[in-house]
Amino acid sequence: MTRPLPKTSREYDVETLRRDFPILTKTVHGRKLVYLDNAASAQKPKQVLDAMTTFMTEEYANVHRGVHFLSAVATERYEAARARMQAFVGAAHEDEIIYTHGGTEAINLVASSFLAPRIEPGDEIVLSVMEHHSNIVPWHFLRERLGAVLKWVNVSEEGDLDPQDVARAIGPKTKMVAITHMSNVLGTRTALKEIVRLAHEKGVPVLADGCQGAVHGRVDVKDLDVDFYVMTGHKLYGPTGIGILYGKRAHLKAMRPYQGGGEMIRVVTRDNVTYADPPMRFEAGTPPIVETVGLAAALGYMESVGREAMAAHENALARKAEAGLRALNGVKLIGEAKDKGPIVSFETIGIHAHDLATILDREGVAVRAGHHCAQVLMDRFDVPATARASFALYNTEEEVDALIAAVQVARKVFS
Amino acid sequence: MDADLRELYQEIILDHSRHPRHFGALADANHVAEGYNPLCGDKVKIYLKLDDADRIADIAFEGKGCAISVASASLMSEMLKGRSTEEAEQLLSGFLHLVKGEDASDLEEDDKEHLAVMAGVSAFPMRVKCATLAWHAMKAAIDGEESAKSE
Ligand SMILES: Cc1ncc(COP(=O)(O)O)c(C=O)c1O
Repeated sequence: MTRPLPKTSREYDVETLRRDFPILTKTVHGRKLVYLDNAASAQKPKQVLDAMTTFMTEEYANVHRGVHFLSAVATERYEAARARMQAFVGAAHEDEIIYTHGGTEAINLVASSFLAPRIEPGDEIVLSVMEHHSNIVPWHFLRERLGAVLKWVNVSEEGDLDPQDVARAIGPKTKMVAITHMSNVLGTRTALKEIVRLAHEKGVPVLADGCQGAVHGRVDVKDLDVDFYVMTGHKLYGPTGIGILYGKRAHLKAMRPYQGGGEMIRVVTRDNVTYADPPMRFEAGTPPIVETVGLAAALGYMESVGREAMAAHENALARKAEAGLRALNGVKLIGEAKDKGPIVSFETIGIHAHDLATILDREGVAVRAGHHCAQVLMDRFDVPATARASFALYNTEEEVDALIAAVQVARKVFS
Repeated sequence: MDADLRELYQEIILDHSRHPRHFGALADANHVAEGYNPLCGDKVKIYLKLDDADRIADIAFEGKGCAISVASASLMSEMLKGRSTEEAEQLLSGFLHLVKGEDASDLEEDDKEHLAVMAGVSAFPMRVKCATLAWHAMKAAIDGEESAKSE
């Protein structure tokens, strides 16, 4: 993490960066690995692996529970990671950063601790049709259990989401807007700041699912003025088992705990319990300590590469891939929004996405095929499944060429 | 292209997937069940007409899926017509062994030859469920269930 790194895309040295990712030298089926399934999970740089190994070999103990030396060191590292995450999203206060076990848990936490106590039967939650199941199902729980009503905002044929459509979906009974910052299928980046402004005009809080959005560009929750912002560690080049929930301090303070256990209490007696303040109130039990250190290292790595430079590089690859796919007959892109990240979903006419992905895999090219945990969106576009190539900071132009060539192989098989 | 792939997507499989046999609904079916793979969204619906002697007098299927799942359903429909439900279940068991790359000696020689085109699936563990979807739905239909339990 000490390497001085270029900040402009012209100087972006992808070959040097690739050396940080040991797995990228792998071969699969005798071919050079071309890993284009980054939206599902990103590979890890050795800076992250080293940080976790060093922490476990030299500094590890449980946190917030001992007076001994290692516990103090581990606690310090654990809390220092929080400051790193605060800076990463531009939060005003460190106690606005809650560690969770993933993006999914973060959204469930908000649904259960923030929204559930406010729901009366008939109250509404506004969602877009391009949400990931983890930003749908927790709200379905409130529908099933409390009689909440889900209101769906459509996207255009290109995959654009009009903030005015969100505003129009908000009624007097709307209690929450839950919207993605970037679709994991279409790649659409939503006009989050505008959506938040419109929702706040009507007094409605907004949760943004930043599991993809935070990977591909700078996030400033103060500027966005968003109430909750969710991220998941493993897509940010960090380990699995850790996620981040940003929440405005005033909301968090007013929220009931999510899970009960150690570390989240102030006093427990036979008859009563009082709770710790945020963030501890929401971090019951032994947290993902090692993962927290790993994620902090990952975010540091992203900052050192330069988040704008990364995003510019990734977007250039995605646009090249789209051009290459468009040039092939019988390939249809799903998602051509005006503001789009490096996620490219497509259909090959006459070839099911799973057959395509199997053939691509044998060419060394890893893509995702399926509904991408977005069945509502698949219904919207009336497709059973799509193939998806998604780009990361370490992908190259040659890998885009390999993708296009592999799609042509598949077309030959099925011709 | 690699040999496993050529084996998987051989001409007969592609032909069945492009021109599935017994494709469509069966108006006088008396046993109907669905198979659904939540991982990929593939769907198949199996229609059976069982006669009084528990023979498959007629069979049809409809659905959406990858080449492997459609070809497998098509092949199955060809092979089952006229068989007893007991024979159908035996064939299922042998087929499952075959696509998992296990010993399929419980298959009759004829059937083994007929099903050999599906054996390539065993080199693709992620795709075994595609091949077995219709077969599990067929079993569910025989058993009078509405949908196949996923394994
Ligand atoms: C947009 C989006 N939201 C939420 C999630 C859930 O993240 P996780 O599975 O890490 O909890 C994902 C990834 O799977 C995603 O792409």
